[in-house]
Amino acid sequence: MNNFEFTRATDVADAVRQIAADPGATFVAGGTNLIDLIKEGVTKPSRLIDITRLQLNHVEDTSDGGLRIGALVPNSDLAYHPEIDKRYPLLASAILAGASPQLRNMATTGGNLLQRTRCFYFYDTTTPCNKREPGNGCSAIDGLNRMHAILGASEHCIATHPSDMCVALAALEARVLAAGRDGERSIAFADFHRLPGDTPHIDTNLNKDEIITAVELPPNGFAKNYSYLKIRDRLSYAFALVSVAAALEIENGVIRQARLALGGVAHKPWRDRRAEAQLSGTPATRESFMGAAQTLLSDARGFGHNDFKIELARRAIVRALSQAASATPQSQIEKRVR
Amino acid sequence: MAKSSEARKEGEKLPAPTRMTVTLHVNGAAKKLNLAPWTTLLDALRIHIGLTGTKKGCDHGQCGACTVLVDGRRINSCLTLAVMKDGAQITTIEGLAKDGTLHPVQQAFIDHDAFQCGYCTPGQICSAVGLIGEARAHSAEEIRELMSGNICRCGAYPNIVAAIEQAMSRKPASRPKAEHE
Repeated sequence: MNNFEFTRATDVADAVRQIAADPGATFVAGGTNLIDLIKEGVTKPSRLIDITRLQLNHVEDTSDGGLRIGALVPNSDLAYHPEIDKRYPLLASAILAGASPQLRNMATTGGNLLQRTRCFYFYDTTTPCNKREPGNGCSAIDGLNRMHAILGASEHCIATHPSDMCVALAALEARVLAAGRDGERSIAFADFHRLPGDTPHIDTNLNKDEIITAVELPPNGFAKNYSYLKIRDRLSYAFALVSVAAALEIENGVIRQARLALGGVAHKPWRDRRAEAQLSGTPATRESFMGAAQTLLSDARGFGHNDFKIELARRAIVRALSQAASATPQSQIEKRVR
Repeated sequence: MAKSSEARKEGEKLPAPTRMTVTLHVNGAAKKLNLAPWTTLLDALRIHIGLTGTKKGCDHGQCGACTVLVDGRRINSCLTLAVMKDGAQITTIEGLAKDGTLHPVQQAFIDHDAFQCGYCTPGQICSAVGLIGEARAHSAEEIRELMSGNICRCGAYPNIVAAIEQAMSRKPASRPKAEHE
């Protein structure tokens, strides 16, 4: 591993002060992605600022009836939290679809948002990668791109965001709270992650000297009609080829409100409001779901090896919406897709 | 939380290896170490303390061979910096047996022949102890899913699941007869 200095932050203000003082510094919490990136020489921080002792590990009610999740709440604690299990089962399901129990014990809520793509060219420092070294090219576009994006990609980068948790947070319209030198601000989840454009090295709209303090969930958790369906090469402990977070409000067989977000297909969790709007007011039937999938994938484009993802995504969307409508969410234990 | 774009420039001087004093409580014994901050918990255990039972498999959090318990929770020690666990209670495979008696999970692995080459076994056993502590698995199916962070390339999975079922049910350890016996 490359050498780095190591310091601890005592509170949020101290963390912000320390990160602002050293442009090469980065925060470390769970470390599940960062330590690996440092080992591979992909990330070379001058200093790690350990934030694990900050008091950001609580799950609390918000005044509007939602929940505030501290940035340091471990993924496993969050997935099994009784309020998440009861009110936001889509989020619990998505978290349990990702990584392994050991990694979920380590990984934090804030860190999950900031994990980087698992594009193998990004990790392989012997190949060009615009995300790793801006301007030196993308190896994936004409390379092995089976895992790569079919939506929102650019000529500079076709990497995908690897998180499952973030797909559910996008569907649930979570907000990200961030503290910086000018105080705290709240960022809509849709505005947190970025599309690659011509700056694929910048994953999020978080400023350099900001720290995520919490993620807030609005009151509606769509706890009755939801499903998180993840399709991958093996049934556990693998990143998504395609995943779908589907959430519906249904009255007398008619969809009143729909949420639809995809993972594994784009540089950010891919939520499509056109497809959601199209579902609203229609009967909760396969025909409606097919129409929404058609809309969501109308601009989808493959790069060769990942062409199959377009049809896979279409089927996964229809299946996840069907599971949500029938209140039979995908089990993350018994993986048979029904 | 990675932000690689502010990486150190090429040719820039690396910081001197400033060592830090860390106390790890490993299997009940306090170990005071003087470590470079980039030392992983795995390397601290194996190289600096000499407990080589914890295995380095992939060193990237993809195989689970390095699983240990930190303050009772199972984690991948290869993706953890030792300096971040200052003051923590760490249990490795060497700390599971008590007074000459194997831990029930260790005994169950022997009873069910739950390994072949044995390289993943310390991680499998520590992970299983963590799993039982978490109390989320109640069926073979749940054991399989919640042990998915531990890869066994010999493919001893059916016997690993059987061993964990035995340890979970606290049935007295009795060795089932193999078909050829």
